[in-house]
Order: sequence, then C-alpha cells, then structure tokens
Amino acid sequence: MSRNLINITDLTVEEINKLIETADDIVANHADYEDICRHKKLATLFFEPSTRTRLSFEAAMLELGGSVLGFSSANSSSAAKGESVSDTIMTVGNYVDIIAMRHPKEGAPIVAAKRAEVPIINAGDGGHFHPTQTLTDLLTIKRKKGRLNNLTIGLCGDLKFGRTVHSLIEAMLRYEGIKFVLISPDELKVPEYVIENMQKAGAEFYETESLEDAMPELDILYMTRIQKERFFNEEDYVRLKDSYILNLEKLDNAKEDLTIMHPLPRVNEISVEVDDDPRACYFFQALCGKHIRMALILFLLGIEK
Amino acid sequence: MDISGVKNGIVIDHIKAGKSMQIYDLLGLGKIDNTVALIKNASSEKYGKKDIIKIDEIIDLDYDVLGYVDSNITVNIVEDNRLAKKLHMELPEKLVNVVKCKNPRCITSVEQEIVHEFRLVDKEKKIYRCCYCDAEHRVK
Repeated sequence: MSRNLINITDLTVEEINKLIETADDIVANHADYEDICRHKKLATLFFEPSTRTRLSFEAAMLELGGSVLGFSSANSSSAAKGESVSDTIMTVGNYVDIIAMRHPKEGAPIVAAKRAEVPIINAGDGGHFHPTQTLTDLLTIKRKKGRLNNLTIGLCGDLKFGRTVHSLIEAMLRYEGIKFVLISPDELKVPEYVIENMQKAGAEFYETESLEDAMPELDILYMTRIQKERFFNEEDYVRLKDSYILNLEKLDNAKEDLTIMHPLPRVNEISVEVDDDPRACYFFQALCGKHIRMALILFLLGIEK
Repeated sequence: MDISGVKNGIVIDHIKAGKSMQIYDLLGLGKIDNTVALIKNASSEKYGKKDIIKIDEIIDLDYDVLGYVDSNITVNIVEDNRLAKKLHMELPEKLVNVVKCKNPRCITSVEQEIVHEFRLVDKEKKIYRCCYCDAEHRVK
C-alpha cells in the first residue's frame, strides 16, 4: 500500500526532519536531483483554483526531471459531469505515479487515498487540512531560525477559520520550548479544540487583541487575512481591521531578527512597504514551498539520491 | 430477565422505551428470515418502561450499533432455554454507517456512495468525529 500525506500528523517528527534535510540538500546539490524523477509523472488534480500550491507542485516535479499532467478547476474535468472523486482517482491512478489534489470538500483526499494505488498528497481540502503549507512553514522557520524549538510564535488575524494556523500549531506542538501568542479579535479567536490541544501538550500560550503589545517578544510573526464577511457587524470590522494590518510603524518595536510569514495570497493585511524589510519572508516562504514539495515527492515515491 | 419463548437465540433487553424500532432498522432485522419479536413498553424495575427484542436464533449482531444507540442495553444469549451469556454494551470505538455527517462542507454530503465513518474521541463526553472532515458528533 502506498504512503499518503493527508494531515501533517501523518508524518513523524523524524520524517519531517528528513524532508527538511532533503530540501536543503536539493538546494546545495541541485544537479544530483535534476533527473531523479525521469519517466515519473505527477497529476495535479485541482478541483478548485490555486496559484502557489499547484504551480509549486508542478515546478517541483519538473525540476526533478519528471512530468506533470492534470487540471486546474473542476469545470475542466469530468467532475463537472458529476464524476465522483473515487472514479476520478481510480482512472488517473492508471496514468501517473503520484497525485496531488485540492478539493473544496473536506475529507475528499481521504476518499481518494482509500481507492488509489499511488500516493495521494492533500493539497488542501476546504477549510480542513493543508499539510504541504505546514511543511513549507516548517522549512521556512528552520531555514530562517536554524531550529524548530525554543521559539515565540505570534499568529495574527483570523485564527478561527485559518486552517494554516491550526495545522502550524499542531505541528509546532511536537517541538520543545514553543510559546504561542494568539493575536486576534474576539470574534476570530482559535477554536476551543485547538486551545485544548495546546493545554494537553503543556504548551505556553496567551491570547491578545493587540499586535503592538505582542510584537517585542516575537521570533516569528505569522500573518493571516481577516475577511470582512467573518464579522458579525460592520462596526466591529471597521474598528478592528486596521489594527491587524502590518506596516513599518508597527514593526518599530519588533526584534531585528523577526521572521514575518504569510501563507499568501495577501490582500492588504501586510502593507507593501514591508516587502523590502529584511524581516519579510513570505516570498521566500513560497520558494521553500517548492523545495519541500520536491523532497515530499521523492519521499512518497521512495526515491533516494 | 424474561427469556420465555426463546430456546436458542438472542434477547436484547433494557432498550429505552420507544427505541426498539430504531434498533430493529439499524440491525437490519427486517431483512432476516428468523422470527423476531418486538415488545414495546414492557415494565421495568429499573427504568419504569423498556422495549425488548427477541430473535429465535443466535445470529451475528452489530454490537457497535447497540452500544451507540443506548449503552444501557444488555444482550442475552440463550442456549437450551438457559441464559448462556450476558453482554453489556458500551460506546463503540468506530461507527460505520450508523450516523451521517451533518457538515455541509464534508465530502460525504455530496458523494452518496461513501461509507459514513466516525471515531470515538472522548468516551466521557460521548464525542465522535467524522473520519473525513473531523466534524464533531455528540451522542444524545
């Protein structure tokens, strides 16, 4: 039976460390990997649109010497005719060696993994899991900080519906000495089950509405987008929206080696003026996404250098 | 416990009054050829009223369903007019096609052929989670 990646917890800490090692080796010894997936094919089945995730998967496979096929919206596949996920996977599984899929319905990759004979990578299932984003975040943190333990991580914005935030917390709970600062309006606080998980793991954390107050102690600031429609009323939205927009002024009292991350796409939650600050790492993060997906493809295909 | 009328078979006892039809359906007793008796509103010292189901043969039953519907249920296996075994039910670790996920964003809400599966995550609070989308399901 093939190995899949549905949730970040499908991987052990050792396996994640190995993926990070491989990703770094890919950068250091790029030539060794140029042809390593020759004659291997990746299908990117995107039942809903994406820019970074799909293109980084495709770039990853191409850079490994493999080929890519797939579709980028449900409308351009037989899903539009009502074909089930199972049937699509059973068909595509005949053509390729590995599948990365994104689907708007939660749990769709689990259905796929039950039927597929090739590895399935969950490239996002609704508001549920997005494990390759979490791997991307972990690689970014490791590269910027040199470690995955003993860090104070500020998570800011929509902590209620943000799946990347929940997954990152879940992943970081497995490392020692992590302190979480949860910065959000009251309406968008992390769900109770995430709090329970942090308590069970004995992690240090606190919740605050003020980004400015939290800023000085942060090693990492993970920004997310606040959507207007998440608020119960216009008044609260207007009151709070500016306090979660990161600009250079708010960075005044931040550490000099702060790492600013964002899963992207950004709308206006990070002012463009921050992009040139050396602490802004979100586009570097997108690059890390390609490297870690290269490492993941090799791992799931069982290919070693 | 009244096992009269059953020589070799199963007596499902202490069913909460009014729940026997639900159990009859969930266990698929309408599809078997055996004699099945449903007794509703029998008097019970413990609960005042209870339902009972009697089956005239020892057949395989889905105990998980019984444990889920009502963990107070007892299953009595009768052999040669004697009580051979008494089984107490408990919440099963997994529910397969017993309840449907109510999360409209779950893949099971749009694809009808998928097996509905829930796993027990908190026995004390009686909380299950959907194996696909992790939506919570609390047992009432």
